[in-house]
Amino acid sequence: MSARFSLLARLVCSLGCVVATGAHAQTLKIGLASEPTAIDPHYHQATPNDALTAHIFEPLVGMNGDMKLQPVLASSWEATTDTTWTFKLRPDVKFSNGQAFTADDVVFSLCRVINNETAISGGAMNVVKRIASIETPDAHTVKMTTKSPYPVLPNELARVAMVWNGIAEHGKLNFDPAKGCGVTGAWPTVNDFNSGKATIGTGAYTLKSYVKGNAIELTRNDQYWGEKPAWETVRMVSVPSAGPRLTGLLAGDFDLIENPAARDLKRIKEAGLGYTIKPSVRVMFFQLDAGRNPSPMVKSPKGDNPLQDARVRRAMSMAIDRKTIVERIMDGVATPAYQFLPDGMFGALPNAPELKYDPKAAKALLTEAGYPDGFELTLSSTNDRYINDAQITQAVAQYLSRIGIRTTVDTMTRSVYFPRRAKRDFSASLGGWGSETGEASNFIQYWTTTTNTQLGLGSSNYGAFSKPELDTKFVEALRTVDDTKRAALLNDVIKIALDDMPNIPLHFESGVWAFRKGLSYEGRADQRTTAMATRPVK
Amino acid sequence: MALFILRRLLQSLFVLLAVSVVVFFAVYAVGDPIELLVSPEVGQAERQALIARLGLDLPIWQQYGHFLWNALHGDLGNSFVHGMPAVELIVQRIPATFELVVVAITLTCIIGIPLGLVAGLYRDAPLGRGIMATSVLGFSLPNFWQGMVFILLFAVWLGWLPASGRGPTVDVLGVPFSIFTAEGWRHVAMPAVNLAIANIALVLRLTATGVVEARSQDYVKFARAKGVKPGRIVRRHILRNILIPVVTVIGMEFGSLIAYSTITETVFSWPGMGKLLIDSVYQLDRPVVVAYVMLVTLIFVVINLIVDILYAVLDPRVQLLEPAH
Repeated sequence: MSARFSLLARLVCSLGCVVATGAHAQTLKIGLASEPTAIDPHYHQATPNDALTAHIFEPLVGMNGDMKLQPVLASSWEATTDTTWTFKLRPDVKFSNGQAFTADDVVFSLCRVINNETAISGGAMNVVKRIASIETPDAHTVKMTTKSPYPVLPNELARVAMVWNGIAEHGKLNFDPAKGCGVTGAWPTVNDFNSGKATIGTGAYTLKSYVKGNAIELTRNDQYWGEKPAWETVRMVSVPSAGPRLTGLLAGDFDLIENPAARDLKRIKEAGLGYTIKPSVRVMFFQLDAGRNPSPMVKSPKGDNPLQDARVRRAMSMAIDRKTIVERIMDGVATPAYQFLPDGMFGALPNAPELKYDPKAAKALLTEAGYPDGFELTLSSTNDRYINDAQITQAVAQYLSRIGIRTTVDTMTRSVYFPRRAKRDFSASLGGWGSETGEASNFIQYWTTTTNTQLGLGSSNYGAFSKPELDTKFVEALRTVDDTKRAALLNDVIKIALDDMPNIPLHFESGVWAFRKGLSYEGRADQRTTAMATRPVK
Repeated sequence: MALFILRRLLQSLFVLLAVSVVVFFAVYAVGDPIELLVSPEVGQAERQALIARLGLDLPIWQQYGHFLWNALHGDLGNSFVHGMPAVELIVQRIPATFELVVVAITLTCIIGIPLGLVAGLYRDAPLGRGIMATSVLGFSLPNFWQGMVFILLFAVWLGWLPASGRGPTVDVLGVPFSIFTAEGWRHVAMPAVNLAIANIALVLRLTATGVVEARSQDYVKFARAKGVKPGRIVRRHILRNILIPVVTVIGMEFGSLIAYSTITETVFSWPGMGKLLIDSVYQLDRPVVVAYVMLVTLIFVVINLIVDILYAVLDPRVQLLEPAH
């Protein structure tokens, strides 16, 4: 058997080798960790989809690697009144089919977000729903009036891609989503984008082919208005298993891969390859059941719920050695978190005080709160969603045991975990959240404010934590358009959140990218992998 | 023959129905796909709208009723994650899995059967014994480990073959196949060999045992006494008679490779149906899982049918239908 096969292999190989060494110097081959589910930018808001569509479509306002706003299709913007934002569009931008980008495309794109039948709802619909009307005094000016003051509209618009208004038949376009905005034909669906029919954007690359499960190929857009794209073709293949993805890089099948396992970084360095680590905005934290008694997975000698006492929660936070978790479990590829957004971002405390590891003080605080003998608690988490999620939970369980809280660890697959968490089956649940808007209100809005569906607050506040003082300050911050005032209000809110600790921050995950010699990758805090951030090094 | 096929197809319909019930209820009872699809930022109203659109607010037996009704019209539902018909999604991936499996089974046949013959004919010689001993390795080594070792050896250290993925395809009769390109062969080589090794070992041992048994039969002794050339004895007499169990196993393996080449497809990132299945299970993409299981059941049914017909061809003693009295 072996004789026959190796002869065949050698024959086939030599044939193949001749073909493979053809000049592919201008092709970038990327190995992705998860497959994008569609090329439709308004279909599903998930990092792989957003990263892919960013190559072809662009938003009005973009975010750089540090999630700071920068002008993309809008050259400037300002809040002309409390409820109006005026955007000046960049002139001389063309779509890949040669058509000019104008205010009509903005109106059409925002309308389409709401009229996307096949979409798996993303946050973009919430954004567009808060826009009351849009005026377009000329082809390059867009005035958006919002129903209530909306200071973070530019941040939110960074996630809404602009599509060409010609992909649907229409008469005169006007922003009236309930009545169809003037569109007479059928709205494009996700399949129109996947087939390439509607995939016309202003971005640095155009779609060459998209075969689900196989490769996605992009070609350079020679009419691109911005920095000339470095690559003639980009070929993306998704390899969800970390091992084969790494071997692909080592074997030269890929020029760039995302998320190599942290323990493989040494190997990558030894092989002469390069890597970039960039702290991301994804914070890992434990959400505690602070709002109700009894709590399903807590057993206390007094028969109550100790998690309702802020001192107990602060004690738990003090018992955790974040630095060791980062060093030993995350292999250094993470940053300890002392608040919910990295220092330096908008609204975050400029220098959050370190949450010191102090088990003695933690035990003393626990005793002061009335639990000298601790209590019983179950920590719940996923085991296949976040990096090292199960190990982190086990480590935290150990730390808590040392101050007298007898812990059990319950990890499960994410398809079971998330529904159960939403049904409030847990008392202490592990969570991860990346503030996609790059500013501090995002986390608080979903996880710390009292649940209020009318105002869209606290939709992930499964612990039912409620502090009216925090809510009032937060709602005020949401309405304050002045940046300085808003940042100060958000700082106050964060201080309250850290004081009461309904959510215990652990660390910020870091994005890691590994690449072959001769390349550099500009890391991104939103963990997107793009060809635009990959540059050849002379 | 025609009556036999008809009866068989009718039986298969019942099997398909039973499978659909079991799989549907099993898959729809676990977890909540909405939680996995929808980001927490989404408002209650949108969430309810999505639940209604996917039909998840109806009681489960009603969902099954809709599913069955649609299935009778050929529509097995839309994927929750991809937004396209589940059947289309699976069918898109069939050529990739199919060509991988065909190459693997071909390798199994052209390597396994001759080697088995040799091992059986020279059973007592060192050659025969050596082949049988090595075959144990073939089905003992775990599939995924084997695959990774191949990748390490051939892709990373030697650099002869690509580590993952499928090669460029050409359209044959409208279906994209990669085995018609030279580059495609480089990509399919390792995954196919990975799949084939365990089957080669199996077929090899089966053939060898069959040969040993056949050789002691009277007709073989008689043929040898008659002076028939040994080569002709092997080809004309022994081979034909041992093929029944071999064909059975190959048929079963063909079906199971098509359905469950998940591990190899994951290790080699081969864009086939197995990988789609695993991803859909993780994402609770229920329509795809149900459609997949039903399709796979259909494939097994067809393969069994073909195997039974092959029996009749190979062995004149086999009668497909009971003779009318």
